Amino acid sequence: MIAFFELVVLRQPIPNLFQLLMGFLMVLAGLTLFIQGLELGLFPLGEGMAHAFARKGSVFWLIAFAFSLGFGTTVAEPALIAIAAEAAEIAAEAGVVKKNEEAMDSYALGLRFTVALSVGFAIVLGVIRILKGWPIHVMIACGYVLVVIMTAIAPREIIGLAYDSGGVTTSTITVPLVTALGVGLASSIRGRNPMLDGFGLISFASLTPMIFVMAYGMVI
Amino acid sequence: MPSFAEFIDVFLATTRDVLPIVTILVFFQFAILRQPLPNPRKLIAGFGFVLLGLVLFLIGLEQALFPIGRLMASQFSDPAFVGAAPGEAVDWTSYYWVYAFAFCVGFATTVAEPSLIAVAIKATELSNGAIGSWGLRIAVALGVAIGIALGCYRIVTGIPIHYFIISGYVVVVVQTVFAPRMIVPLAYDSGGVTTSTVTVPLVAALGFGLAESVPGRSTLIDGFGLIAFASLFPIMSVMAYAQLAEWQAKRARARRAAAQKNTPGKNTPGNDGPGEDVPGDDVPGEAT
Repeated sequence: MIAFFELVVLRQPIPNLFQLLMGFLMVLAGLTLFIQGLELGLFPLGEGMAHAFARKGSVFWLIAFAFSLGFGTTVAEPALIAIAAEAAEIAAEAGVVKKNEEAMDSYALGLRFTVALSVGFAIVLGVIRILKGWPIHVMIACGYVLVVIMTAIAPREIIGLAYDSGGVTTSTITVPLVTALGVGLASSIRGRNPMLDGFGLISFASLTPMIFVMAYGMVI
Repeated sequence: MPSFAEFIDVFLATTRDVLPIVTILVFFQFAILRQPLPNPRKLIAGFGFVLLGLVLFLIGLEQALFPIGRLMASQFSDPAFVGAAPGEAVDWTSYYWVYAFAFCVGFATTVAEPSLIAVAIKATELSNGAIGSWGLRIAVALGVAIGIALGCYRIVTGIPIHYFIISGYVVVVVQTVFAPRMIVPLAYDSGGVTTSTVTVPLVAALGFGLAESVPGRSTLIDGFGLIAFASLFPIMSVMAYAQLAEWQAKRARARRAAAQKNTPGKNTPGNDGPGEDVPGDDVPGEAT
C-alpha cells in the first residue's frame, strides 16, 4: 500500500528497499512473539490476580490495585510524554504559558499527572461498575454529556489536546492487562457475564482524560 | 540494518516502560495477595516474549514505516503538491490525496496494532468464536480509516472539532440503543485501543504537518484532534458491524422460517450475539 503511494502518486523511488523489507520482517516477528507472550504471560497473570482479589474479598485493595495500575502505567507512557512535551511547546508559542524551560516543563508534567490521575480514576470506576453491575451505556452517555458541557466552557486551545489525550493513554502492555483484569473479575463474580461486563474498562480510560484535561486547561 | 547497539537501546527503553507495571504487579501479588506466582517460569517466559516482541516490533517500525510515513505525510500536505501558491486559500477538494492517504494509514496501522490484537483474541475467546478476530479488526480499522480521513477534512476546512465529536457522540448513543447488547462494551473499548504504538506517531505527524501547511490553521487548535477522531469512529463501525451481522442473520432466519413454514415447532436460535446463528455467510472476512 505504501509502495503504491510512493511509486504511483508521488512518483518517487522507495529509499532503502532492503532496510524497508528488514523492517517489515521484524514487525512481523515482533507481533508473533508479542501474541505468544500475551497468551503465556499477561493474560493468565491479569486473570489470576483478578480471581485472587475476588476471593480475598477486599474491595479496598482491589480498588487500590486498579488505581495504581491505571496511574502507574500512564505516567510512564512514552506516547503521553511525547504529546505532553509537544503540547507544552505549542502552548508556550501561543502564550498560554511563559516561554522558558521551567514553565514548559511544569506544564508538561502537570498534564501528564492529570492524565494519569484520570486513567487511575477511570479504572477504579470501571472496576466498581463490574462489582455493582451498572449498565455501561448509561455511564458512557453521562461521560459524553460531561465532555460536551466541559467543551462549552473550556478554553479553545485545550480542546483538541484534551480530546487526543483520551486516545493516547492506553498502551500496548496496559490494554491486555486491563482487559484480562476486567474479564477475570467479571467471570469470578456470580451473575456477571464476561462478554457484557468484562469489557469496558478501556473505554472509561479513554473518556475521563478528556474531562480531566479540560479541567486542567480551565485551572491553568 | 539495525545495529546491535540500537537493539540494546530500544530494549532498555522498553524495559523501562514496562518496569512500573511489573513493580505494581509484583507488589500487589506478594504484599497484598500474599501468594506465590502460579507457574512462575511460564509467566516470566511470557513477559520475556512480550518484551522481545515489542522491541522487534518497534525497531521494525522505526526502520521501515515511520520514516516513510512521516516523509509522505509532509509530501502530501505540501502546498506545492496540492497545487497552490503559498498563502493562497485552497479549496478543500484539492487535498483529495491527503484524504486517501489518511484513510490507508488509518486502516493499515490499525490492522497491525498489537493492543487491538490482544482485545480481539479475548473477544473471540469469550464469544466462542461468534465474533471473529479478523472481522473485529477490520471493522475497527475501517472506523479508524474513516475517522482519520474525516479528521483531515476538518483540519483543511477548519470546522471546529467539537461539532464533529458531539455529533459523533449522538450517533454513538443512538446506535447503542439499537445495537445487540453483547457488542456494546466491546465497541466502546475498541475506541480506546486503536490508538497506541503504531497509530499515534504517524497520525500526529500527519495532523501537525497538515495544520502547518494549510494556510490559516493554528497547530495548537487544529493540529490535535486526529486521534480523537480515530478513537470515536471505531465505536460506530464496530456497532454497525454487529448490527449488520445481526440483520443478515435475521434475514437468513426469516428465509429459513418461510421455507420451513410447514414444519412448525422448530426452535428459533437465540439472538444475542452477532452472527451466532448463521456461521459462514454472516461475517465478512471472518477467519477463526
